[in-house]
Amino acid sequence: MALIDLANPTRFLVLAERVLPWLMAATLFAFAIGLTQSALAPDDYQQGATVKIMFLHVPSAWLGMFCWGLMSVAALGTLVWRHPLADVAAKAAAPIGAAFTFLCLFTGAMWGRPMWGTYWVWDARLTSELILLIMYFGVIALWRTVENPSDAARVVAIVTLVGAIDLPIIKFSVDWWNTLHQPESVFRMGGPTIDKSLLVPLFAMVIAFTLLFVTLHIAAMRNEILRRRVRGMLMLQARGQEA
Amino acid sequence: MMALRAILLRDMRLAVRVGGGALIGVLFFLVVVTLIPLAVGPNLVLLKRIGPAILWLGALLASLLALDRLFAADHEDGSLDLILMGSAPLELTVAAKGLAHWITTGLPLVVAVPVLGLLLDLDPLAIGAVALTLLVGTPAITFIGLIGAAIAVVLRRGGLLLPVLVLPLTVPVLIFGVSAAEAVIVGPASFATPFTILCALTLASLVIGPAAAAATLRHGLD
Repeated sequence: MALIDLANPTRFLVLAERVLPWLMAATLFAFAIGLTQSALAPDDYQQGATVKIMFLHVPSAWLGMFCWGLMSVAALGTLVWRHPLADVAAKAAAPIGAAFTFLCLFTGAMWGRPMWGTYWVWDARLTSELILLIMYFGVIALWRTVENPSDAARVVAIVTLVGAIDLPIIKFSVDWWNTLHQPESVFRMGGPTIDKSLLVPLFAMVIAFTLLFVTLHIAAMRNEILRRRVRGMLMLQARGQEA
Repeated sequence: MMALRAILLRDMRLAVRVGGGALIGVLFFLVVVTLIPLAVGPNLVLLKRIGPAILWLGALLASLLALDRLFAADHEDGSLDLILMGSAPLELTVAAKGLAHWITTGLPLVVAVPVLGLLLDLDPLAIGAVALTLLVGTPAITFIGLIGAAIAVVLRRGGLLLPVLVLPLTVPVLIFGVSAAEAVIVGPASFATPFTILCALTLASLVIGPAAAAATLRHGLD
């Protein structure tokens, strides 16, 4: 099935109904494994048990950025290919991405308090992540400002593509500037610097979080399609009463 | 009383619907508080020291943000004419609109202070002091702003004039709000004196603001 077959919202709804139960089951299963792995993981020799905050912090950070990337692809879909579901995907993704970005900042603050002695510092990684959260809020506000979703879609798509500049800044902030936040330790040249006993649960949690994101996103897209249908029906009804 | 209640509820409902600006103010507040450390540098000792002033300035600017639409939107759809012709006293109607505006734009700023305070490394006592002074002070800003909002609807392009007219009038509120909040953090001056003056300023503006705004609307729109 090609991407264009999904252009029909009805076909998408049928497919969503079919895959959602499986996705939910897979998410629960992945979380069961990821959380047990995290609980069984050994404490860090320096950080103690607080290192386990990483198992929530890193997946949230990854998804906060991944979600903006997905919105950027959807923005291209709106502007270039005029895919009818692209703006539905972009609109449904924004609140989820904002939630994961917030979760990343929140868990980071909880981790920073015992380790750095402060909830917040103005270093490059943290600041660029906060800017990402503000941009999510801005995009959500923009969606809510324009009444007709398909009019809003183009404007939001342009803003999303411009905002994508922040993604490489977040990713490389720890390399470009000298930051309190630790440098890249998983995806780096010469292999990860994290011990395997912590790396395995981390990957399990990343998979679980990603499955959770996909589930939430497809469910939110389904809700958005239904919401637009309700809106269309109400408009038709109002027009019928007028005539 | 019924009419005032209806206006209060209507304005609050409009503010949270599509196109309403209820939470834009908080977002603006967040952006301002994020930009200042980027400008003055990430020194947490300095930020802790000027934190109350940053929060007060941010809240002051954020509460002015949506103010020019307060009467202008009603003027465009004609409901302002109905309000002017209605039987309820215009001063009280204007005050009800101001109250609705404060609940939807001013109160969220106060709620946001604990989170933004953490960004500036304020300790819980300081955050409490800033939140309390803002809770008392932001109504004064909104109600003084009513005068500017009324001018904005009477004059074409008055919206640009609004901050220039309103900001000088809010100077006393800013001074006593910040000094009350700083009294808690740096001492040795007492918290009670500036805080009581701040309360007095708010009470006075609750009377003066609606009266002046109503007079402006009455004279400007006939």
